[in-house]
Amino acid sequence: MVEQQYVFREVKSIIFGMLSPKMIKQMSSIKVVTPELYDKEGYPVDGGLMDIRMGVIDPAIKCKTCGSKLKECTGHFGHIELARPIMHIKYAPLILNILRSICNECTKPMVEASKLKNIITSIEEGDEETTTTGRTKRTKGLVDGMKSTTKCPHCNAKQEKITIEKPTTYFEGEKRLSPIEIRTRLEKISDDDIQLFGLNPEHARPEWMILTLLAIPPVTMRPSITLESGERSEDDLTHKLGDIVRINQRLFENINAGAPEIIVEDLWDLLQYHVTTFFDNAVPQLPPARHRSGQPLKTITERIKSKEGRIRHNLAGKRTNFSARTVISPDPMLEIYEVGVPLITAMKLTVPEKITEWNIKHVKEYVKNGPKEYPGANYIIRPDEKKKKITDETKEQLLEEIEPGYSVERHLLDGDIALFNRQPSLHRMSMMCHRVRVLPGKTLRLNPAVCAPYNADFDGDEMNLHIPQTEEARAEAEILMQVQTQLISPRYGLSIIGCNQDALSGNYLLTSQLEFSHKEASDILYNIGVDDFSRLPKKDIVTGKELISCLFEKDFNFTGKSRDGNEVIIKNGKLIKGILDKANLGEGSGLLLRMLIKKYGEDKTILTLGQLYRLGIEILLRKGFTIGLADTDLPQKAEEEISQILAQAQVDSKDFIKKFHEGTLEVLPGKTAMETLELRILELLNKARDNTGRVVAQNANQTSPSMVMVKSGARGNIINLAQMAACVGQQALSGGRIGKGYKNRTLSHFKENDLTPDARGFIKNNFKKGLAPAEFFFGAMTGRDSLMDTALRTPKSGYLYRRLANALQDLKVNYDHTVRDANNKIVQFKYGGDGVDVSKSEGGVINVDEIIKSTQ
Amino acid sequence: MVESLVKEYTGKLPVKLLGELKDKLTAQKINKTRAKKIFETTLQEYLDAQVAPGEAVGIIAAESIGEPGTQMTLNTFHFAGVSEMNVTTGLPRIIEVFDGRKNIATPMMDVYLKAPYNKGKDIRKLALLIKQSTLQDIIKEVNTDLMNGKIEVEILSAKLDDHGLAQAQLKKILEKGLKGVNVKIDGSLITLAPSSKESNLNDLYKLKEKLKKIHMSGLKGVTHVLPVKRDEEFVIMTAGSKLKEVLELEFVDETRTVSNDIYEIAENLGIEAARTAVMNEVFKVINAQGLTIDERHIVLVADMMCVTGGIKGITRYGIVSEKASVLARASFETPIKHLISAALTGEEDYLNSVVENVMINQPIPTGTGMPKLSTK
Repeated sequence: MVEQQYVFREVKSIIFGMLSPKMIKQMSSIKVVTPELYDKEGYPVDGGLMDIRMGVIDPAIKCKTCGSKLKECTGHFGHIELARPIMHIKYAPLILNILRSICNECTKPMVEASKLKNIITSIEEGDEETTTTGRTKRTKGLVDGMKSTTKCPHCNAKQEKITIEKPTTYFEGEKRLSPIEIRTRLEKISDDDIQLFGLNPEHARPEWMILTLLAIPPVTMRPSITLESGERSEDDLTHKLGDIVRINQRLFENINAGAPEIIVEDLWDLLQYHVTTFFDNAVPQLPPARHRSGQPLKTITERIKSKEGRIRHNLAGKRTNFSARTVISPDPMLEIYEVGVPLITAMKLTVPEKITEWNIKHVKEYVKNGPKEYPGANYIIRPDEKKKKITDETKEQLLEEIEPGYSVERHLLDGDIALFNRQPSLHRMSMMCHRVRVLPGKTLRLNPAVCAPYNADFDGDEMNLHIPQTEEARAEAEILMQVQTQLISPRYGLSIIGCNQDALSGNYLLTSQLEFSHKEASDILYNIGVDDFSRLPKKDIVTGKELISCLFEKDFNFTGKSRDGNEVIIKNGKLIKGILDKANLGEGSGLLLRMLIKKYGEDKTILTLGQLYRLGIEILLRKGFTIGLADTDLPQKAEEEISQILAQAQVDSKDFIKKFHEGTLEVLPGKTAMETLELRILELLNKARDNTGRVVAQNANQTSPSMVMVKSGARGNIINLAQMAACVGQQALSGGRIGKGYKNRTLSHFKENDLTPDARGFIKNNFKKGLAPAEFFFGAMTGRDSLMDTALRTPKSGYLYRRLANALQDLKVNYDHTVRDANNKIVQFKYGGDGVDVSKSEGGVINVDEIIKSTQ
Repeated sequence: MVESLVKEYTGKLPVKLLGELKDKLTAQKINKTRAKKIFETTLQEYLDAQVAPGEAVGIIAAESIGEPGTQMTLNTFHFAGVSEMNVTTGLPRIIEVFDGRKNIATPMMDVYLKAPYNKGKDIRKLALLIKQSTLQDIIKEVNTDLMNGKIEVEILSAKLDDHGLAQAQLKKILEKGLKGVNVKIDGSLITLAPSSKESNLNDLYKLKEKLKKIHMSGLKGVTHVLPVKRDEEFVIMTAGSKLKEVLELEFVDETRTVSNDIYEIAENLGIEAARTAVMNEVFKVINAQGLTIDERHIVLVADMMCVTGGIKGITRYGIVSEKASVLARASFETPIKHLISAALTGEEDYLNSVVENVMINQPIPTGTGMPKLSTK
């Protein structure tokens, strides 16, 4: 084989600077002289704005400058010779500063010679370290000093005040300064002096800020679109440039014809307007240039700026091939680290496979299958990187042709690596690496256990899938991004993947009460993907605890607490005591999972977790699990107790109100009587609500599915149940009872100044019985309030996040363990003080207790 | 015995962990060989948990704070039920802290008191000394005597005592505050007469309004005070922050008194105190919301805000403007401004950070991009 030579190129730095007229001329391939674009045949006019020497946008034509076709030629600049100099709008404020600071006669900066030298040396020394803002600040101080000088210290000439009439007209006293005059003044400033203003004479001479030549951007950055009707529609920039060229030609003609000064000046101002809006069409003092339809043109500044601008949209954000997006749906039978990919998607997304002597045989099979049969291949890539599509016609020939050194873009196979992502990608677990599992159907499938890190649900959510195309990318994805490496959140050092929902209910039921025949138990085990039944006790009836023990390793020991505070003991891989619920299996605390990771590693844990998850679901599948209205039924006695509590609360609150009106209410320190009353009533009502909740908790059917969900931590809490069975409770707006609405009352149903619980948003009914109209309205009020809160919060927190990410993005840990920014400035000597990676710790700390316990 | 081990592992393990080990091992009376083993395992686990070089800790911190941001509430809450004393909490407060704002919405102080004063005796009096008080607070009645062109103010003498002022002092204050007015104090009656003869009715009314606003005692800007019992002692919470003045008061425990105004802290106590204040303020909000964020992330943000020696907010004027790279700055906000100024100064972008390299399709210099290996 031939030794291949690899060239590695890298951009080391980018220098910014202004374009000098000389430079514009140098890089220009054409002088544009006519505003016409096309001739009668629709061919670009020579010397026009669409001249093919500036690049081509038509695939049929070759560029006249470089001879290459569309896509190969990036385009070439042209230029216009402006009849009169024109101010550049973006430099207008700086020009004003310079004009004010230099002498009108001798154009020297108005600082004494001795001081000048000091300043220049200090600037040169300071430049090394100070930031841009620092430099601008210094320059500003300097300019402010010179601005107010009325007499030149060098030639003693008296200084007229220079004013600006925005955007681009300058006056010296009463006299208007033409750009020509300004330009001659700026030209005379020496290279040394110009540094005072923070300019670098090598890259920015002040006279360049006044344009004599205008660079015309290449055609490729302002392509025209051909509409269906065959009509051409030009880009906004082309329109604007057309205006400029047209007025420029008129100005030339008028000057040459010796037209009166007024006409020339009018045209000059018009040209100035066009050039200004060419650079920025949102200058405050100018009317924006518009299309004939009245919509403002999008010129250079608008192209770069803002979220949809070049920088944030095209440069900092990229688009990608080899990706897919559809609706997601759950599939617990997948392993947690897998993703189900629909067959049709798997036949569109491909992985390049390099052909070697060893794999040529089976790769040829893919080619033989072609693009329409799975598993096939869509393209072959020749060693010179030319892509060839595999079709029925080319198949035979390509099969002959391929040999080691070729690559084949084959269909996605089970076990391929893919990146799976759901927006908004708020943390690194929003994009994880999964293994492909090709499935029938048309949705992307994922194990519901990974909903938490993606924050996904299945009410129509869509997710994205990306297929890494190079060996490095695949390796990085597999080692750094695979689901099992992301089990512990770097935010708080606890696991974020765990059992949830039905899996929790199921395992709760299983470990608390269920029993199975040996036959059924082995059936369950087989269904969840366990085929080793040796751990199952050899007896007729197997308890749930014994069943779940089959999933743990024989040497696994664990003691912990369940949600209700009872002990959970696993000894030698057997669950001896306790119920497994959210505290041990769930996300967040998930202590049992934590221990599994520590003892057996992430790969083993994720498999066990998958089995636990499926076990929970399998139990529910076999036993059935439905919540119903009957879950909220309470015994007669409990119902009475609840109404008793609520009635008492009514009486008590009326008592408070009475005391308040009589003025005998004991006022709390630092508060008014009204505030005291509100606080007291609120306290009272919340207590009443809690009491009803307690009654429900005690009297509701403890084995009802609703209760199982609450107890296991799968969904809901006892308050939800109490709201259904007993009393919804006080509705709160901004920390207090509802008080706004009509004059001195909440709703027109009530008398003015009614302070009773009913009139201030207390809902004494429950959801089962149904709410009274006023109560319903109060509920709607708080509901709306919380919707508003969410709607206002999302953009706010999004912006905070963006700012944080932008400010901190280049902080990294260096090889010497210091945290430094991009300037190599040390921010922390050791990350977080101790150098501990939160995602490798336990809740941010090293668990000393566990270590002591483990070293017996 | 444990001490010798502690000594041995000093420098290898962080101080906090050593302290924890020492306490726990001493308490459990563990023999030497086992203790040694525990130390060794701890060290091993500690080393295993170290961050990998190249880890983009900044991004992780930003994610860790930004992601739960969506779960925070927007509401401001009333402070201990007093409606005028609002406290900014939740997301707005976090934004305020990270912005590095000079004027925060609700400045507050927790004023701790020194030993004899914190028992609760005369706590109200002490609180009143801090609170900004005007004459209005002690006025019982104001009468305008149009005939004689004077104003009679009846004050509550008891309240005057509460503010720790004698009549003579009050007279001085009034004379200083109302120039050109004769002040006479007789018991609880103050008589005010403009000294100039040609005073008209209008002036009299103006005087009446003015005198109510005369600053009498306490610290200007501290609008409310509220003594509360915290654990075994009394603490005065205030709305309005005047840290410097409060710390100068003789009965104030200057070691514990805090403000929530980070700028004020930086000015009076230095940048390290401000850094701690940033952390504490953020933690206060996060804990109140019931969220969990590891302290390392917040420490990193606080460090970043304070590395330059002054407080730099996370805004385009603060941290972001300090970046060396033109493109990095331009990709945040106001790109045109940055590009123009870069052109003028002939800036060179060395492409040291993340976004610039993303822009030109080069590997970023963090994580796996750091070793600069080229493969094919």
